[in-house]
Amino acid sequence: MTERNSYMDPSKRPQVDLSESTVGPDFDEKTWDMPGSLALSSQLTTGQVLCELAAEGRDDLVVCTADLARPTQVINFGKQYPDRLFNFGIAERNMIGAAAGLATTGLLPVISNYSFFLALMGLENIRDDICYPNLNVRMIGTHSGIAMGFYGTSHHSNEDIGALRTLANLTLMAPCDGNAIRAAFRSTLDHEGPIYFRAGRGREKPVYDAPPEWRIGGSNTLRGGSHATVLAVGNLVSAALEAADQLAGKGIELTVVDMYSIRPLDREAVRAAARQGVLFTAEEHNVTGGFGSAVAEVIADEGLGCRQVRIGLPDEYSLLGPPTHLYRHYGLDGDGVAATVRQTLKASH
Amino acid sequence: MARRETKDVPRAELREKARMIRREVLRLTDICGSGHYGSAFSIAELLAVLYYRFLQVDPQHPDWADRDRFTMGKGHAAIALYPVLADLGYFPRQDLDGYTRLGSPLGDHPDMRKVRGADFSSGSIGHNLSVSVGMALGLRHRGSPARVVCMMGDGEQAEGQIWEAAMAGAHWGLGNLVGIVDINAAGSDGYTQETLASEPLEDKWRAFGWDVVNLEDGHDLAQTSAALELALNGERDRPCCVLARTVAGKGVSFMEGGWQWHLGYLGPKDLERAYREVEAGEIG
Repeated sequence: MTERNSYMDPSKRPQVDLSESTVGPDFDEKTWDMPGSLALSSQLTTGQVLCELAAEGRDDLVVCTADLARPTQVINFGKQYPDRLFNFGIAERNMIGAAAGLATTGLLPVISNYSFFLALMGLENIRDDICYPNLNVRMIGTHSGIAMGFYGTSHHSNEDIGALRTLANLTLMAPCDGNAIRAAFRSTLDHEGPIYFRAGRGREKPVYDAPPEWRIGGSNTLRGGSHATVLAVGNLVSAALEAADQLAGKGIELTVVDMYSIRPLDREAVRAAARQGVLFTAEEHNVTGGFGSAVAEVIADEGLGCRQVRIGLPDEYSLLGPPTHLYRHYGLDGDGVAATVRQTLKASH
Repeated sequence: MARRETKDVPRAELREKARMIRREVLRLTDICGSGHYGSAFSIAELLAVLYYRFLQVDPQHPDWADRDRFTMGKGHAAIALYPVLADLGYFPRQDLDGYTRLGSPLGDHPDMRKVRGADFSSGSIGHNLSVSVGMALGLRHRGSPARVVCMMGDGEQAEGQIWEAAMAGAHWGLGNLVGIVDINAAGSDGYTQETLASEPLEDKWRAFGWDVVNLEDGHDLAQTSAALELALNGERDRPCCVLARTVAGKGVSFMEGGWQWHLGYLGPKDLERAYREVEAGEIG
């Protein structure tokens, strides 16, 4: 028997059910199908967390998706609780409205879908059906930013933070890995009102080895350094940590903060960063209107008077390509963040 | 779906309720200076029969978990709903006097966070059938006997989301879900069939897996009662759509059948004429 790729090995990716795979042991080791592909998204822990919560007695949790239960991994919840997963087919607006209806009956619906089909396509429904009536709905928009890579620009979600953070009543958070998703769900379960969790594709490099501290309006300082601060969200948290490691050997000590709560924002973290001089924001999102803009509003509101460098995607439609190539191209990996920080600090001295 | 209690209300009383709705629509529109006469008058009998005969609700406990739900897909007709909610005791009748004034809970479209008795907020056309699907799913999941009724317009049928919701309702066999299409044939820009034809609606709803009840005259109280009895109390394992033929502006002769009164305002002389006709009218 040919040794399989690591992602095809169930013992290495225990959360994904490979029994549905049609790839047999006699196939070429590079052959893969949908279940195998899903094994790569190990950071999408939503289904597991929901199963745990249901087992702990949260009978009010139900899941809604639009033909994306597998790629977003909530299929794992559906297998254990089949009468509590509602698959609406490819009808996102209907799904969002129905989730609102479910919430009015005392259930806590969790919508799990790709972010561009949820936040961008369904924006009006999120606004009118969920946020305006201030209903208890949890939304998890996965595959944000350019994570979908070569699927193309239509599948890139670089505008969701900008759109969502204008919606009153909405709490917007960005868990950066699987442990953060766990913490995000559990810590906010009894919050009254809608919450949107912006997550990646699940193939992110993990930041946390255990569920971190998590509160609405909070942040986690992961690295302390005296030269400058990188306030980062999502994928850029691990990129910023990598950059800090690289720069540490070159005489630049960075503070790195996981600013997982985008709305409301941890204003104290922004103030602290501003005291260090140049402040960097980093996100996998258009630099216009996104997390960096939210930070800029605080700087302006409070007259913090510091310079801000926004690391993110330029204000244009993103290229397609393999995700890793895209991150490199746009300077959204460790090397890219390190280069931006180094050049900026060099120029300002 | 379990049969729920139906109240035996004399026809004369239902007729008076519908007249009360029309009277208040005239009065409130006058307070506001603008309003949707056409689509409010077309559902007066439907609302009267629904609320006074069929819907199991408790105005003293507006959040009663097992209450029947009513959602207003055609939210611009909320002006016809408010007088009913006030009459049932959800809020004081005096609240109607401030209709659309600054800070009033009562606007042109219903807001569930401001109006006691409003089961959902609406305004953007085409959303509420989806919301109702979710309500029906949730209620069934919780083992509640409650039913969900969504009032739609025939112009609203042009919204694609309606058909997403229709598919979902049939897919899950939601026997506790009832749609009503108020076919008053009128919209902002003209007659529905000319702006964007929605007919043949019966074929469409049946093709989407719903039972259909045809209500030939949505102003005839006996017919309306019979149609809603079938829709709400029939034993069914699929949702049901009542196709209610109505007349836009019904009850005021110079408005009847004209799309031009979808939105309008009456000067003092015409308002007086309209009041007289509504008081004298014996619709139903």
